[in-house]
Amino acid sequence: MHKRAEHLVVEELRERLERITQGPARSHEILPFGIPEMDDHLPGGGLRLGSLHEVSGGGNGAVDGAASALFSAGIAARVKGKILWCVTRPDLFMPALTQAGLSQNRLIIVECRDEKGVLDCFEEGLRCNGFGAVIGEVSKLPMTISRRLQLAAETSGVVGLAIRRWRHPSGAVEFGQPTAAVTRWRISVRPSTPLPVQGVGRARWFLELLRCRGGECAEFEVEACDAKGRLALPADMVDRSISSGAWQTSATA
Amino acid sequence: MIGREGNRRVVLAQDAAAISAGLRLGMPVSKAQAILPGLVVEELDVAGDAKALRELALWFLRIYAPIVAPDTPDGLVLDTTGADHLHGNEQLMLTGMINRLHAIGFTARAAIADSWGAAHALARFGRQAAIVIPQGNISDAIAPLPLMALRLESRIISDLKVLGFRHIRELMATARAPLTLRFGPQVGRRLDQAYNLLSEPIEPIRTPDIVEASRFFGEPIGAAETIARYTEKLVRQLCHRLEQRGLGARRVDLLFHRVDSGLQAIRAGTSKPVRDIKQLTRLLTDRIDTVDPGFGIEKMVLTVTHAEPLVVGQTRSTLLDDARADIGETVDVIINRGHKVYRYAAVASDVPERSVQLVTAQSPDDDLGWPDHWPRPARLLFRPEPIQTVALLPDHPPRSFTWRGVRRLVKRADGPERVFGEWWKRDREQSAVRDYFTVEDEAGERFWIFRSGDGEHADTGSRDWFMHGIFG
Repeated sequence: MHKRAEHLVVEELRERLERITQGPARSHEILPFGIPEMDDHLPGGGLRLGSLHEVSGGGNGAVDGAASALFSAGIAARVKGKILWCVTRPDLFMPALTQAGLSQNRLIIVECRDEKGVLDCFEEGLRCNGFGAVIGEVSKLPMTISRRLQLAAETSGVVGLAIRRWRHPSGAVEFGQPTAAVTRWRISVRPSTPLPVQGVGRARWFLELLRCRGGECAEFEVEACDAKGRLALPADMVDRSISSGAWQTSATA
Repeated sequence: MIGREGNRRVVLAQDAAAISAGLRLGMPVSKAQAILPGLVVEELDVAGDAKALRELALWFLRIYAPIVAPDTPDGLVLDTTGADHLHGNEQLMLTGMINRLHAIGFTARAAIADSWGAAHALARFGRQAAIVIPQGNISDAIAPLPLMALRLESRIISDLKVLGFRHIRELMATARAPLTLRFGPQVGRRLDQAYNLLSEPIEPIRTPDIVEASRFFGEPIGAAETIARYTEKLVRQLCHRLEQRGLGARRVDLLFHRVDSGLQAIRAGTSKPVRDIKQLTRLLTDRIDTVDPGFGIEKMVLTVTHAEPLVVGQTRSTLLDDARADIGETVDVIINRGHKVYRYAAVASDVPERSVQLVTAQSPDDDLGWPDHWPRPARLLFRPEPIQTVALLPDHPPRSFTWRGVRRLVKRADGPERVFGEWWKRDREQSAVRDYFTVEDEAGERFWIFRSGDGEHADTGSRDWFMHGIFG
């Protein structure tokens, strides 16, 4: 109860600050994850639309970008409108994205020759409010460019997801550089949910919220997107406190 | 085909069979008939050919480039600057042109070079049927070509041959003054035009019913902002004219006539017929930085090279304020910047790399979809990569495998999912089989691997293992 009251005060202060700094408050729509543990950690109770978010994979995920692509597809599946996805390496496998809830009829791929082109199309897409989400796969995201993307997203209300992906795992040190993105996520794969029989169960991810404007960092272990793009809390985790530390090992090497 | 050259009747065109029989262009008809007694001779219809060539040029104008002109008697010349992005790149555009011409029954050769002269020479006398010469490499490309390539009169060429000249290279290395004294200024001019030392403007063809708007400037303009402002004015005029005819533009060209008689062009394409002033202006001004105004621009012409009927429907008005912009506009801007834009659609095939096809962004929805009872990897490798495995045959997943130098122990696995070769596509796939497994290593990374063959019969595959995809 105490926490709720504190939360309300902070919310009110934040709104007042916004009114002072930016004139009339913009409508910030929120996309909840549907997991109370996660939504409580994020300001406003979910992922803020109309802003830029960064997603990267942990370990080998920084190179293949498979989990981060599915995480982004899951978010894109739950917003309205068409999705623009800008890439340089066309290795997405559409059947997997439809399994994460993103229909092939909603996804438009832009294949660019270089990263400059990706950032260019990323910004162009974010300026158009006809899109539901714009996703760009980039390795470098300089501060000035991320600020431009963030401003474009704020004016149009479209959510921007920058999937950070490098040619080599050593490139991932760049993920420490500051950008204007509102949140920064690192997604590492975890052993799948055990099945009573032999086989591979539902995939699990270890989500690290490395940076969150107006919120605190956090870590979650979740089950990967279902056919509607929703994450879920693993059944054996539901009753346990998030910070119990029993499973808190480092990200996969 | 024969025609008159002065008082003689000579061969002016011939087919492949005639060439192999020993006939040459410019040979007197009587001689040709002596070589080949049963020769079929027809009078060349010069006017008809010119008319057909003009029609072909108009067709090219609609499809390929804003500046097209017939290069009589047997060619077309195009200024493709700023237009190749709509066809991928220059090489793709060139092969596409040849294939299209082939489809309607012409054998064509094409070349892209910095100057009209060089492209003319390479298309007719180069080794390859389609060749793109990178900027600034003209001299290497045309030096070994014969003198015939220089667009000189046949009299001059035969005289030069008497003097011992065979190739352009030798002519270029000779002092100009004696050549000019002997043959007039033509030799030097043609050489300079071929080497791009002398500009040679192309006079583009226009259809009489073309929709266009133009503007002359008393004082040449050059600043990007000024060009943008006048572009907007021209688009306004153009849209007004399009509206009168009930048309929408699919392809528009903005031509800039410079004071030094050079021509610059911007071509923009749209995926639907468009008559919106804002949208067309944006498409054109987006690429102003590709225009080199030189010493200034004295005339701007905006033409619609491809128009389609556009019927305006009534927009539905709702009380809800849900003003979402049309994404088609943004998609057009991105395409005009030279990026590839597409959507994925399903193909009824069990072979993973064949189960996805690329369709244009505006194509109708795909209802087919993929079966969703087996998990699929988020990233598919462009080509399956061989891996080393320790596995029991025939139907067990591997115990461990090594991919890209890293050895991984398999903790959990699912499979096999058997995919049969598509024998109706290739004979070699008659009995081919792939067994797909989903494997998870101890860190939790999930991969999609397959074994070529069913593990029992050697004719189904080599029993080698491959990595094909990565799950998220």
